[in-house]
Amino acid sequence: MNGIQAPTIEYGALAPMLVIFGAAVIGVLVEAFAPRYLRKSIHVPLTLLSTAGAFVLVIFQVISGVPTTAAAMGAVAVDGPALFFWGVILVLSFVSVLLVIDDEHFVASAAAVPGSAAEEEAEISGGAHTEVYPLILFAVGGMLLFASSNDLLVMFVGLEVMSLPLYLLCGLARRRRLLSQEASMKYFLLGAFSSAFFLYGMAFVYGFAGSVDLSKINDALGTVGGLDTVLLIGLGLLGVGLLFKIGAAPFQAWKPDVYQGAPTPVTALMASGTLVAAFGAVLRVFWVALGNLDWDWRPVMWGVAILTMIVGAVLAITQTDIKRMLAYSSIAHAGFLLIGVIATSPDAEGNATSLSAIMFYLLVYGITTVGAFAVVTMVRDAGGEATHLSRWAGLGRRSPMLAGVFAFFLLAFAGIPLTSGFFGKYAVFAAAVANGATPLVVVGVVSSAIAAFFYVRVIVLMFFSEPAADGPTIAVPTAATAAVITLAAAVTVVLGVFPQPVLDLADKAASALFIR
Amino acid sequence: MEPAEIIPHSGGVIGASWLMIALPLLGAAILLLGGRRTNAWGHYLGVLMSLGSFVVAVLAFLQLAGGRYSIRLFDFIPGIADISLLVDPLSISFCLLITGVGSLIHIYSIGYMSHDPDRRRFFAYLNLFVAAMLLLVLSSNYVGLFIGWEGVGLASYLLIGFWQFKPTAAAAAKKAFIVNRVGDFGLLVGIFLMWTTFGSLAFGDISGKVGEASQGTLTAIGLLLLLGACGKSAQLPLQSWLLDAMEGPTPVSALIHAATMVTAGVYLVVRSGFIFEGAPTAQLVVTIVGVATLLAGAIIGCAKDDIKKGLAGSTMSQIGYMMLGAGLGPAGYAFAIGHLITHGFFKANMFLGAGSVMHGMNDEVNMRKYGGLFSVMKVTAVTFIIGYLAIIGFPLLSGYFTKDGIIETAMHHNQILGWLAVAGAGLTGFYMSRMVFMTFFGKRRWDSEAHPHESPAVMTVPLIILSIGSIFLGGYLVLSNRLMLFLAPAVGRPEELPVFHWNSVAGLATLALVAVGAVLAWFKYGKAEVPEVAPRGSFVTVFARRDLYGDALNEALLMRPGQWLTRIAVFFDNRGIDGLVNGLAATIGGSSGRLRRLQTGFARTYALSILFGAAVLAGALLLVGNL
Repeated sequence: MNGIQAPTIEYGALAPMLVIFGAAVIGVLVEAFAPRYLRKSIHVPLTLLSTAGAFVLVIFQVISGVPTTAAAMGAVAVDGPALFFWGVILVLSFVSVLLVIDDEHFVASAAAVPGSAAEEEAEISGGAHTEVYPLILFAVGGMLLFASSNDLLVMFVGLEVMSLPLYLLCGLARRRRLLSQEASMKYFLLGAFSSAFFLYGMAFVYGFAGSVDLSKINDALGTVGGLDTVLLIGLGLLGVGLLFKIGAAPFQAWKPDVYQGAPTPVTALMASGTLVAAFGAVLRVFWVALGNLDWDWRPVMWGVAILTMIVGAVLAITQTDIKRMLAYSSIAHAGFLLIGVIATSPDAEGNATSLSAIMFYLLVYGITTVGAFAVVTMVRDAGGEATHLSRWAGLGRRSPMLAGVFAFFLLAFAGIPLTSGFFGKYAVFAAAVANGATPLVVVGVVSSAIAAFFYVRVIVLMFFSEPAADGPTIAVPTAATAAVITLAAAVTVVLGVFPQPVLDLADKAASALFIR
Repeated sequence: MEPAEIIPHSGGVIGASWLMIALPLLGAAILLLGGRRTNAWGHYLGVLMSLGSFVVAVLAFLQLAGGRYSIRLFDFIPGIADISLLVDPLSISFCLLITGVGSLIHIYSIGYMSHDPDRRRFFAYLNLFVAAMLLLVLSSNYVGLFIGWEGVGLASYLLIGFWQFKPTAAAAAKKAFIVNRVGDFGLLVGIFLMWTTFGSLAFGDISGKVGEASQGTLTAIGLLLLLGACGKSAQLPLQSWLLDAMEGPTPVSALIHAATMVTAGVYLVVRSGFIFEGAPTAQLVVTIVGVATLLAGAIIGCAKDDIKKGLAGSTMSQIGYMMLGAGLGPAGYAFAIGHLITHGFFKANMFLGAGSVMHGMNDEVNMRKYGGLFSVMKVTAVTFIIGYLAIIGFPLLSGYFTKDGIIETAMHHNQILGWLAVAGAGLTGFYMSRMVFMTFFGKRRWDSEAHPHESPAVMTVPLIILSIGSIFLGGYLVLSNRLMLFLAPAVGRPEELPVFHWNSVAGLATLALVAVGAVLAWFKYGKAEVPEVAPRGSFVTVFARRDLYGDALNEALLMRPGQWLTRIAVFFDNRGIDGLVNGLAATIGGSSGRLRRLQTGFARTYALSILFGAAVLAGALLLVGNL
């Protein structure tokens, strides 16, 4: 008799993801069995080694040849773009984890009510939430899956595996705990809300295509007739779930609140890794599943991109908190990246150009972002990180090196030449012009100019204002934090001068486009 | 004769010529990033890197044999420009000058800056300058040239303001930066125009396509490039920053504001010869600018009591000569470059000599407080006088050959230009003699606490080497047209080679006028007593002393209207600010503030906005889909 057939799993292709998930599970076991005082010294090497190991496996796969068919019965597509996204996510997680190592960021006991005796007790006894490490690994694993899923259900699983640990992590800040818990709650509520949209949209699309497989959905576009309304509603709802994750307007409201409340290393991870993963998923849905429908979704996405860029750039101007400002800047950058998503072209080569531009942009933006947040962790006063902009006045006088590096990151965000940010923007805008989205590029350039204003304003504030008498102190960075800042600055410079090797890599990864 | 073809090249010393840029860049990086840890040996590293570059330049020069090679390093802006080097006779001449004179000035600075606590930072900036300047002259396209151009601007800014605790130095640095911005903008627009016209920014490509462009376009490009050149080379009307730039340490004045950076404009014009040769109007403007500046600089030089400002006026004037030569086409290029090289030697020689005098005189710069220094600092005095004889064009010294070449060519081209250049030479004779008489001869007018003494060997040896160059280099380069033949593959040459006549009308007239100038100076400043306080002087003197009212003109025409404009802008700006922290935002700030109210902080509001957004998204998709 025919029993249930066991699915075939390409373990080799999925190895990087398996390493991360495996390490996460081991991490949970460590939490359960290892004595409290040992946990951190096990977690840190475990987390860093597994991320590095997974990265090595990705490199190995790139060298040994990229698979040409989807793995795990067509559920996961390990193709050129996926491997590139994986590599970027793993690098960004690795550097974000380096920021986590500093104990200053996470609460001693999350369950203790803020301001209570229990909290004080936990702090005195030196309690620490070492669960942070396995949680991060699960989130990273989710990101990998999210960016490479070839099927809407798997994508949903990836989305949730990525998001749930992040919701928790957001609430674990050591200082300003109420803000942190509020952020966590909001992120969870809104995240769940948007996931519901995604799920509902998936149901509609299934109703149309009879499958959740991305390539089958694409095949159905040409053959199924009379159900266009179902498809378009489904597409809209799926879009809500995805656009929420990248923080596109009008689904951006959570971003500033969450970025501000979350512990800064977690913010760094969300602002870099999550964004990369979410764009991976956006590209898969819009390019693979709905590639033949681009005449329908493009006009709407034009509106979304324009709104996102303008909202991000304009609202950033009046922010008074550095983390909120960076959150709005991240919204604006998501808008610039959406330009690349929209810049599809009828021929594969044009699409590859856009894809490679997006991938390069994500890499450089992610690295610079982690670096910028790393700097934010170092400017502290009695209440923890001094994130209010007025506290940054005159920082350049007191700590010229740190302020200089931060100014450099800001210039990279603004896209000034000789920083990696310039080439990121240039690549995306050039691809968009080549593929006929010039008006979007005009909006992009205008909002870049607006954005440059608030970046430069911070630089002016740091270097041309008198420092406050009781200004924040600059924490002596841990070796790991110093390494992150150095690495981010170095990458930002090097890719600002020699972008070619990485551009070539992105081109190569993009050349075959997504496998279907 | 047309320039030779550019051949791609790799390997060998020429293939490794990127080392010339990389070494000083590395030096600057180590010194700036290493911080105080490198204080002890930083200056030696700086010298070493500069010497290393010099060695590479010499080896590349020996390998070159008149070829033109392009070395592709890496892609920079995909599809627009890569970073690649062009090693040809023109660029290698500059490399030798920059690294050779640069190394001597590095060595000299060890002594000159020995008491400065920030000596390491000084060497870091000098290295940065050398790297940027080499990128400027070695790049094979306008993008790399522009990066180097901005790099030298940055280094110049940092070095003029090196003693930023002096408000005058900080202001001078700012002035240099802002005035240069005007020129740089011209260059940038010129580059844009070339891109739209030719679709390429590489020298080789553009020179091949010049024929496709209209005369008007070429003239526009030429004038824009000239604007850039005027900024960097302190030519009228962007000359005003150079005199103030003397606030920087003297080695900086010697290296950047005399020998190398300020000649970048001449390089630009000669390198872009293919543009200018197709645009006679632009060429004419170049020569007019050159002549006007050479006269203006000389007049300013006549009235300055500050030894460095006097030399700065003379630098302006000499670059005016080079500009004039550069505007004369292939016949003038070799003389312009020749004068540039010899000027690099004798002017660096004199600047360093002035620095040596200042070193012995408690940093006094007022020549009215000098006098009779010959007997106390013999090496400095003799080398300075050699430089002086070279610049006034004393027969058989360097300046005699190269300046005469420019004057002869100009005379051949246009009598008016030629005679004005001759007049400039007469003025040079006057103001330079005045400087020498006031400084080294006559009565001692020293301050009571001044104890002038000769400088240490680390400073005098570079002076001696430079003065040897000041004596022989000109003759070597010009006689039998060595430089012209050497440069011909890069810039072309006239069909008929010029022949040097010592007894031409222009040459003799020049000598006579120089002699008259020197004798006048002798009567006024050598024989007669020099008053310690400057006399009020006639209106001509005041005119010259005030830099021909250049600053007043800039102030009235640009600064005041500019300030008005900013005031108006600030006025409107203030209207837009809603009392927001640190706000400078005008209209956008206002709308941003209003939009911000949507960010209530309530999760329910956000959820509602998501719902609303979802409805709009789905609705819009349906609308578009059913169109």
